[in-house]
Amino acid sequence: MTDKEQDWDIVVKPKTAAFKLNFKEVLGYRDLILLMVKRDVTTIYKQTILGPLWMLIQPLFATLIYTFTFGQAQLSTDGIPGLLFYLIGQTFWTYFAECFNKTSNTFIANAGVFGKVYFPRLVMPISVVLSNLVRLAIQIVLLTGVYLYFYFSTDKLNPHFLLFLAIPLLVLLIAVFSLSLGILFTSFTTKYRDLTFLLSFAVQLLMFLSCVVFPASMFKGTTFGVNTQSILLCNPVATSLEAIRYIITGNGVFSPAYIFLSAAITLLLFLGSIIVFNRTEKTFMDTV
Amino acid sequence: MARKVIEVNSLGKQYRLGQVGTTTLVDDFKRWTYRIRGKEDPFLKLGEENDRTKKGSSDYVWALQDINFEVEQGEVLGIIGKNGAGKSTLLKILSRTTAPTTGEYKIKGRVASLLEVGTGFHPDLTGRENVFLNGAILGMTKSEIRKNFDAIVDFSGVERYIDTPVKRYSSGMYVRLAFSVAAHLNPEILIVDEVLAVGDIEFQEKCIGKMKDVAGNGKTVLFVSHNINAIRTLCTKGLFLKNGRVNLFGKVQHATEAYLFEGLDNHAERNFLPGQVAIDKLCHLQSVSVCNEHGQLTNNFDVTESVKLKINYAVLEKNYTYTVHYYVKNSSGDVLFVAMDNKYSPYINDPQEPGNYSEELTINSNFFNEGSYSVLVLICTFPTMVDDKFCAYDNALNFTVSDKNLETGARGSWNREWPASLVRPDFNWVISKIG
Repeated sequence: MTDKEQDWDIVVKPKTAAFKLNFKEVLGYRDLILLMVKRDVTTIYKQTILGPLWMLIQPLFATLIYTFTFGQAQLSTDGIPGLLFYLIGQTFWTYFAECFNKTSNTFIANAGVFGKVYFPRLVMPISVVLSNLVRLAIQIVLLTGVYLYFYFSTDKLNPHFLLFLAIPLLVLLIAVFSLSLGILFTSFTTKYRDLTFLLSFAVQLLMFLSCVVFPASMFKGTTFGVNTQSILLCNPVATSLEAIRYIITGNGVFSPAYIFLSAAITLLLFLGSIIVFNRTEKTFMDTV
Repeated sequence: MARKVIEVNSLGKQYRLGQVGTTTLVDDFKRWTYRIRGKEDPFLKLGEENDRTKKGSSDYVWALQDINFEVEQGEVLGIIGKNGAGKSTLLKILSRTTAPTTGEYKIKGRVASLLEVGTGFHPDLTGRENVFLNGAILGMTKSEIRKNFDAIVDFSGVERYIDTPVKRYSSGMYVRLAFSVAAHLNPEILIVDEVLAVGDIEFQEKCIGKMKDVAGNGKTVLFVSHNINAIRTLCTKGLFLKNGRVNLFGKVQHATEAYLFEGLDNHAERNFLPGQVAIDKLCHLQSVSVCNEHGQLTNNFDVTESVKLKINYAVLEKNYTYTVHYYVKNSSGDVLFVAMDNKYSPYINDPQEPGNYSEELTINSNFFNEGSYSVLVLICTFPTMVDDKFCAYDNALNFTVSDKNLETGARGSWNREWPASLVRPDFNWVISKIG
């Protein structure tokens, strides 16, 4: 029987096309993604007493510290009550940082499983981003409570109710951006671990470029002849955070142009990192 | 003609030895400069055969080189070879956890690989949760797992613990549950690596039975093991890898024999230096040999021929009587029989005088079945082994017995394949009409 008469299901060669999106295959493993999410969510707080409450305690403490230090330093909060301002920043920033941190470790952390069974490797980072979404949802409940308190006790909040519908899209933007950065990072660190030393440090620095503890409106000057604010807003996290603040409090920079720019940057980064990830996943077991 | 489900064409896998460091970076850079100039990877030409015992001159080795074979639907292929021969690398490539360096392979059908049992098991999750998680990792959908859940738990025999976190399981229970999930995968091609080494006898038999079922249902199985008996009972074909190359691909019987006798020289005769194999300064083994009924040295026999084993030894001091034992083993390492000379020794009641002695044992014609055999020689003092006084030499002699379908053998005029059996003696039959 010759090859032409027989149709093969899998043909493996040393190198395949650089750009082969296997989304269809990933979709076939959606049950695995869901089970991984379930595993992540249920096992993190096993054998703890406070359990999922820890998801609330972490942002709450961070927010209190920010309110104390940055509030005392009289940093602008765009007229939003400090506690609410920092809690918004902290909630969405933590989501980004957690996703980035965890996905940037995909290959090394899962080497044991990846070395034994084949399934589309993208399943793992995607499940990380989704399980952190559960965590984000719980934190949004806290945020909503604090928000309602300020909404009814002060008249400083002027939400744009119609735009609330855009919030999931902004979260998606943050999610895809963190996923792309993470899988790019993990692809570069399987062989040469140098970049892992950069990671925690990079996340810290990125926080100061993401309008977490200060509003974009503080930046009015220019850097190297370019408007500082527009440099900041090239960062999809900064753009999304500012937009979310604008939507729910009425204060913040909301510019469709920058959102589209961020979306474009994210999409490009996503496609690029998928290429790198696909190339790496084939032989990373040999070098990890 | 059965359908081909796996086709492997000149597959190769190159690894770089040593640590990842600046030299790797330099090599990577060089590779990249060659690639952008459209040239072939310079390091592919490098590299040596993968013999782990020898120090090589290159940092690159070929863990697999020029591997070609085909598997048809319903075949069970046993892959054998020493540690480091490339068995696991081959399975890794076929189960797509890493890509080959050269060549290609094609597969038809759903593949499930069991390179390890319990991949992805989370210690904090219960048995039930882990069944679902592990099943999904192995490629099952949730509904498939739900459908098979009862069968999985039943097969594993850990029903009582199914809602307990698996970190509380005994290691045997853990493996039982894990294998059960894999056993219910229902793939068209199953790739199994040495998982039978765990679990108790009852469970091992269950596993072999399950794998036979899988094979019997027209599924294809690739099986790596060092357990030659398991390979022989399960497999129809054998692939013997040596230093990353295919040494033999064919019938499982031939492949396992090539493997078991690999590295052993075919010794029809062996001479020893004085003292090389000896009991202190009492007795030296001088030589052993195997010959045919005419006294000619040979190690190829027909099943109808008798086999003679000869031994020469020197007695140096007059204190003891010595006795010679032969352990004749088949290629699985099972001792087929032990022969002792004491019943025939004229010195059995008096110590042997110093001097050279020779003994000859004739093994009847029509005794051995087809196969390869090895002989362990042992000399000890008689009647008791005083102070552990004995010397022995394993694999002293090797010989093979083949079947030329002669009618003088036990087969008579039976002209088909002789059924598998350890020996093939020619007995006396008395047949008469009594009514």
